[in-house]
Amino acid sequence: MSKANLLDRRQVVSTLLADRKDAIVVAGLGASTYDLAAAGDDARNLYLWGAMGGAVMIGLGLALAQPELPVVIVTGDGEMLMGMGSLATVGLQKPKNLSILVLDNEAYGETGGQMSHTSSAADLVGVARACGIPDSKAISTLGEIEAFGKAMQDVTSGPRFANVKIDAANLDRVLSNRDGTYIMNRLRAALGHAPI
Amino acid sequence: MHARAETAQENSREPKAAWPEDIFSILQYYDVRQVPYVPDAGHSQLIQRVLGCSTMRGIPLTTEEEGVALLAGAWAGGQRGVLLMQSSGVGNCINMLSLTQIFRFPFLTLVTMRGEWGEFNPWQVPMGSSTQGVFELSGIRVLRATEPGEVKDVMEAAASQAYNACTPTAVLLSQRLIGTKVFVK
Repeated sequence: MSKANLLDRRQVVSTLLADRKDAIVVAGLGASTYDLAAAGDDARNLYLWGAMGGAVMIGLGLALAQPELPVVIVTGDGEMLMGMGSLATVGLQKPKNLSILVLDNEAYGETGGQMSHTSSAADLVGVARACGIPDSKAISTLGEIEAFGKAMQDVTSGPRFANVKIDAANLDRVLSNRDGTYIMNRLRAALGHAPI
Repeated sequence: MHARAETAQENSREPKAAWPEDIFSILQYYDVRQVPYVPDAGHSQLIQRVLGCSTMRGIPLTTEEEGVALLAGAWAGGQRGVLLMQSSGVGNCINMLSLTQIFRFPFLTLVTMRGEWGEFNPWQVPMGSSTQGVFELSGIRVLRATEPGEVKDVMEAAASQAYNACTPTAVLLSQRLIGTKVFVK
């Protein structure tokens, strides 16, 4: 179901990454992975097709290993709810190069659109702030997404968190590669790491 | 305060156990950089060493599965890690352990065992009894150390197969090795 004035998720992600430079992007399973694929394949894209609740932690491991590079996690409200504790783990580590953007359609879109906790109860911005990420905000315009895309390039001022309410329309899937070993080794190679 | 830690303090005239030092040395040898953990008294000496080490980052978790995902990200970024937890945390990891097969990254976890060898708390027994089976069903090789003198050999084997051969490996540190937690005197 579409609501007026809510952003299109594909436009949000393509705007966020329009000038991504060397940024590493981790996408949570489901529609976020399709959004990242739709924005354009890149060796520095880490697409998840499972491991629900793990996107932020994968991003944290990357951010700690590569402190000079921007690392951004793009994930949905359902995936973020499952890994809510990881916001406290990020809040404790405070990686300055880590950014998290939640595409919040208030529903589990991949499984039939069942409502999620963010539809009427859970405030992920409040959760992130309370977990020790002071730079946490709700954003609602493409201009703010552009600004977030610029801010995420600054690897000295994170971590930062933003939640954007998006239109809940289910879009056609844009399938990324789903061979995890390939995706992992391609990213490692892009960062200059040889196979074992 | 943890009863096992109190017991250790009462026995403070005795030298610190050598086996956590053996583990720490092997982790250093393999250039392990990220050490996520959910605390356990049996890991306390190792955690202290990690937190005092300039080349390792100790990362407290809210739940153990976070550590599996963290190590996948660490490897993507070019760093090795090791996950420290107790046996009750292994069940929390099951779905996330699929990452070890999907990404084929070098996964090593060190698990202090509860629910065996004179356990007082029945709530530790079910997960302690299924820890090895859960790992094996999840595609993780299991090695076990029971005597202080064998920890070094077991750790060397585990670290080598995990980091050199990308063979996901769990080392179970027996309750007999770390000492049974004392609840009542």
